[in-house]
Amino acid sequence: MSKLSLIIRREYLTRVRKKSFIIGTLLAPVGLLVYMLVIIGLSSYQGSDEIKVAVLDEAKMVNPLPDEKGVRFIPSGNKTLEALKTEVTEKKLDGVLRIPPLGNFQQKDHTIFYYSDEKLAPEKSGQIEKRIAAKIKAFKMDSLKLDAERLKLLESDVSIDPEGIKSDQEDDQSKYTAGVGIAVGGIMTFLLFFMVLMYGQMVMKSVMEEKTNRIVEVMMSSVRPFDLMMGKIIGAGLVGLTQVVAWVVLSGAVSFIVPLVMGFDAGQMQAPMTQGDATIDPELMQDTGMRIMAELSRQNWPLLIGSFIIYFLGGYFIYSSMFAAIGSAMGDDTGEGQALTLPATIPLILAFYIVSMAGWRNPDSNLMVFSSIFPLFSPIAMPFRLAFNPPWWQVALSLTLVIASAIFFVWLAGRIYRVGILMYGKKVTLKEMWKWTFYNG
Amino acid sequence: MILSIQDVVKTYGDYMAVNHVSLEVQKGSVFGMLGPNGAGKTSLIRMITTITAPDSGTIYLDGAKLHSRSPEQIGYMPEERGLYKKMKVGEQLLYLAQLKGLTKAKAQQEIDMWFEKFDIKDWWNKKVEDLSKGMQQKIQFIATVLHNPKLLILDEPFTGLDPINTNLIKDEIGQLNAAGTSIIFSTHRMEQVEEMCDHIVLINKGKNVLYGEVQAIKNEYKQNLYRVETAGEPPTDLPDRFAVVKAEKNALTFKLDDEAQSNDLLKLFLQKGTRVTRFEEILPTFNEIFIQRVAETGD
Repeated sequence: MSKLSLIIRREYLTRVRKKSFIIGTLLAPVGLLVYMLVIIGLSSYQGSDEIKVAVLDEAKMVNPLPDEKGVRFIPSGNKTLEALKTEVTEKKLDGVLRIPPLGNFQQKDHTIFYYSDEKLAPEKSGQIEKRIAAKIKAFKMDSLKLDAERLKLLESDVSIDPEGIKSDQEDDQSKYTAGVGIAVGGIMTFLLFFMVLMYGQMVMKSVMEEKTNRIVEVMMSSVRPFDLMMGKIIGAGLVGLTQVVAWVVLSGAVSFIVPLVMGFDAGQMQAPMTQGDATIDPELMQDTGMRIMAELSRQNWPLLIGSFIIYFLGGYFIYSSMFAAIGSAMGDDTGEGQALTLPATIPLILAFYIVSMAGWRNPDSNLMVFSSIFPLFSPIAMPFRLAFNPPWWQVALSLTLVIASAIFFVWLAGRIYRVGILMYGKKVTLKEMWKWTFYNG
Repeated sequence: MILSIQDVVKTYGDYMAVNHVSLEVQKGSVFGMLGPNGAGKTSLIRMITTITAPDSGTIYLDGAKLHSRSPEQIGYMPEERGLYKKMKVGEQLLYLAQLKGLTKAKAQQEIDMWFEKFDIKDWWNKKVEDLSKGMQQKIQFIATVLHNPKLLILDEPFTGLDPINTNLIKDEIGQLNAAGTSIIFSTHRMEQVEEMCDHIVLINKGKNVLYGEVQAIKNEYKQNLYRVETAGEPPTDLPDRFAVVKAEKNALTFKLDDEAQSNDLLKLFLQKGTRVTRFEEILPTFNEIFIQRVAETGD
């Protein structure tokens, strides 16, 4: 076995065998499981006990009111407000809802009053407002002698369906293209950001550990510093890939098994948001689902996955080699060294922010085009844009730059690392690190 | 010649760590590289062990210019030394030995031999962090010599060693040397190694200030100090030209202007009828030689 592969093997095995790795790898999907169960639990949670509310309908606009979930409406009959209030005090009722008459029909805002010493839960308050508004609308239509059926004809749902002009782009896009693109690109960006940051810092920690342990000079007398650094970077990278593969497999299994076990449809998780509204037309929903599926299948997956891997490798090598260089300069004093990690973390975070703030609004804006080509940003930004079919020359340029930069940064880090790793008891500045790159062998 | 260093220069930025140093180490010798902290010893060793490369000059190991496989012939115990704390002793030694070019089987065989020798056969599965400091030092030494290096370089070998391990390691070094391994000691504690070395180099501020055979250097730097031990009280009425630099109960130490006067000194004692039990020339220690030499060169 070559020395480099010996180092990679050790770096990989010691990490993968660690309890923290095994726990973390297993626990993340379990965490997802717990999260899903909590969401399911919350969505089926009925809120607090039912409340009884007397409705004092002064203008006879809204009665009778059918009961809401968690709210029972009781017609006031002939009781006065004062009598009702007493009933609230006597705990026979939870509150009194007084609906004053409308001043005139032009008036849009209408205030109704709720008498109680208990606070009305926001959820219930919203339900009641919505229900009363619907009732007032019906009352107005009735008063104005408007035909509800004919009024419905006034409503239209408008959506833009993008169409290409060149023939080869015909029917290439639909109104779901952007949404699906954002989802696919967003997930890739998110994964890349966290993987690069997490495993880059893992490399840094491990470099610092070797320096603090004082084993590094023993190692240097057997292997070239560059091999040691590369072994570490590659070893940790493989650990990252292992973990992601494990997560994907386990999460897939979890999200597949849980709904089966719970007899629960994942679509229902959205239930709290759509509650109270008219049910969605199942035909339309199926249609939307089909279109999204079609849109997903239209994505160039081999290209997406292929470039995901290249950008991951590119980004990982760029940033982990920066972190390795920083770790080599830092050594024991983590406190002082924190400032040194900023040059490596800022571009990474900036790229992530650009994508999450500007990317989804317009993936082809000048800022995004720049970010997807600039090699410190492109590993995060370009995968997002890839879901939107960017011009091929931008992809080619971005790929070239990212690969070239990865090579450059690994080389640069190697120059810094070989000096820094043997330097003890000295506070190191960025300027100092830059000087090291010019030292001979 | 196991090691030949020719006009080697190493700079870090503006700082000249090694300034045109040349020296040679004979096969089978015990060579002392002496000098204060920061003199450039470690910089020099790092070039020998190929950790860094000289800016100019050449280093030959066993007749061949240093190359990528040279480290496999060198055992190096750096001053800054350590082990992977979380790794098991056996695995760690296997790993380090394989990095020195040994096959796994050969490494295993060597480890077994050393474990037997130090009577630590049950340590294989212990984590380094669970070992005492003294135990770790033993493992560190085994890791250094496991691959049977031709040249063993020990940088400040005895710092942090307890007396028992110091003796143990000294014995092992002696045995390795007897078996033909050439050894370089590097230390600022000159008195620690001068008894063990046959050749030395004194390094100060990156320069080779003194280099040669131990006895020859001592002779060159002797200050004509003579110590006379007597059976009774030594005489007091001595002529001024015999300056007493140190008076003990039964001995006097003189500094003579000229070594030819030593016979006169002895003659004087005999004339006085004092019974002389011992008459010896005091040779300087390397500490003293170093100080003198540095004063001479004006650095």
